[in-house]
Amino acid sequence: MMSKPEFTPNEMMTIAASRALKNDDVCFVGIGAPSAACNIARLTHAPDITLIYESGTIGTAPDVLPLSIGDGELCDTALTTVPVPEMFRYWLQGGRITIGFLGAAQIDKYGNINTTVIGDYDSPKTRLPGGGGAPEIATSSQEVYITLAQSKRGMVEKIDFYTSFGHGDGGDHRERLGIDTRGPTLLITDLAIWKPDPVTKEFTVVSLHPGVTRDQVQETCGWAVTFADGVEETPPPTELELATLRDLKARTEAAHKGA
Amino acid sequence: MARFVPLSQAVAENLGNGDSVAFEGFTHLIPTAAAHEAIRQGLRDLTLIRMTPDVVYDQMIGMGLARKLVFSYAGNPGVGLLRRLRDAVENGFPHAIEIVEHSHAAMANAYEAGAAGLPCAIFRGYRGAELARVNPNIKFIECPFTGESLAAVPALRPDVTFIHAQKADRKGNVLIEGIVGIQKEAVLAAKRAVVTVEEVVDDFSDLHPNLTILPHWTVTDIAVVPGGAHPSYTHGYYARDNAEYLKWDKIAADRDLFRDWMQKNVLDATPEDFAARVEKLRDA
Repeated sequence: MMSKPEFTPNEMMTIAASRALKNDDVCFVGIGAPSAACNIARLTHAPDITLIYESGTIGTAPDVLPLSIGDGELCDTALTTVPVPEMFRYWLQGGRITIGFLGAAQIDKYGNINTTVIGDYDSPKTRLPGGGGAPEIATSSQEVYITLAQSKRGMVEKIDFYTSFGHGDGGDHRERLGIDTRGPTLLITDLAIWKPDPVTKEFTVVSLHPGVTRDQVQETCGWAVTFADGVEETPPPTELELATLRDLKARTEAAHKGA
Repeated sequence: MARFVPLSQAVAENLGNGDSVAFEGFTHLIPTAAAHEAIRQGLRDLTLIRMTPDVVYDQMIGMGLARKLVFSYAGNPGVGLLRRLRDAVENGFPHAIEIVEHSHAAMANAYEAGAAGLPCAIFRGYRGAELARVNPNIKFIECPFTGESLAAVPALRPDVTFIHAQKADRKGNVLIEGIVGIQKEAVLAAKRAVVTVEEVVDDFSDLHPNLTILPHWTVTDIAVVPGGAHPSYTHGYYARDNAEYLKWDKIAADRDLFRDWMQKNVLDATPEDFAARVEKLRDA
């Protein structure tokens, strides 16, 4: 009998996130954790997925994960590369993106994201990079997936700045603002899979990763966690998923050390 | 017709204290050599514009060139935060700077509006986004036909735009390929445009008809600076120096280390030094 593969919480997060993507998705890829998940999807069950990075590369298939959203690798392997204004106007604003995949520095239970400042905007404790493409990815993509590792600093009751709008105060807040896209429909952390409650839109744990307890999820989350009825266990990574991810990470590390 | 001039002359004759200036490059083709020349010439009170201010903007801000920063993502791509920018925003060192912050969609639309000769850009954006609260230049208008609420931002019209590009021909026409980013719009939106190029070729007559070409009469000055985009890259010439971006995080974290690095690699250096920096990154 084969032994079960050992894996880290971060590997589980990336692999769980990759499984959410479909072969016919057109995915606007955020840098960092989303980029790894999207490429694992492409290298395993979704070989025809269209990956789009905001630098203008459409249908890219990088051999190593890009360090930035504009690495040459993305352009070299893309079907086509378009100017940045075209990317945001025709492809994102035009409604062509099925999934916007975002990371986050800070998130609340309604999937609102802060990547702008910690503290007050005018005299911040920490000045973060800012929104980049995210404010419009969050509202113009047909739906949004979010991935981040859980921590009390990252998952908070109230975010310091609403960089990218999720479900606002919950309920029908998007509709009230005239936003006709679905917004955040999935949150994948290193401990669990979360989906918004159909009515309140609060992110609710629907699946715990193997070996993770409800207490662990609560201890690393700044709001009182709601668990769905009948929480499932996330299937562990398969040997193929794990090998694909580790190969990709090893190739990436070797390439970035480079020169 | 564009003039071919040394970089020092191009900067001295196109960029003045108090100007608004875009050194554009969306990860690719970042005009580092031009920005370093601006640092050597000791320019002051600049309004620095760029969608993705990264290492070279960190350097200019750390050296005190900037009065104001107009941007949509200020980070060291894939590495982290900009530590000199943070020092300016959080601690007012070397002096406080004004921040005008947008999203990428807004900046891209604003450059396009500038290139198109429009006073403002209109797009579907900033819905539910708090930047609309802190940036008075973000407004909403009603579509006169459908009643939909749309975002409006002023067009970007820099006094001068600097970009790096692959090559010019002898007439001064400029070719850009790969991730073209916002290069063309930033040049056409500006009053003056300076382009650094890897090389000059006789002509572009045998090339594909749909390439991104800036006609020579849209460019003020061209300076030939091989390697001038380092540590970013020039598609077809040399790769991105990811190791340099990783190293920058440590250098920028310390004021003295930063100052020493700038002295050695910028103030005491020349545009000709860039060629050697990309030698190991050139395509085999």
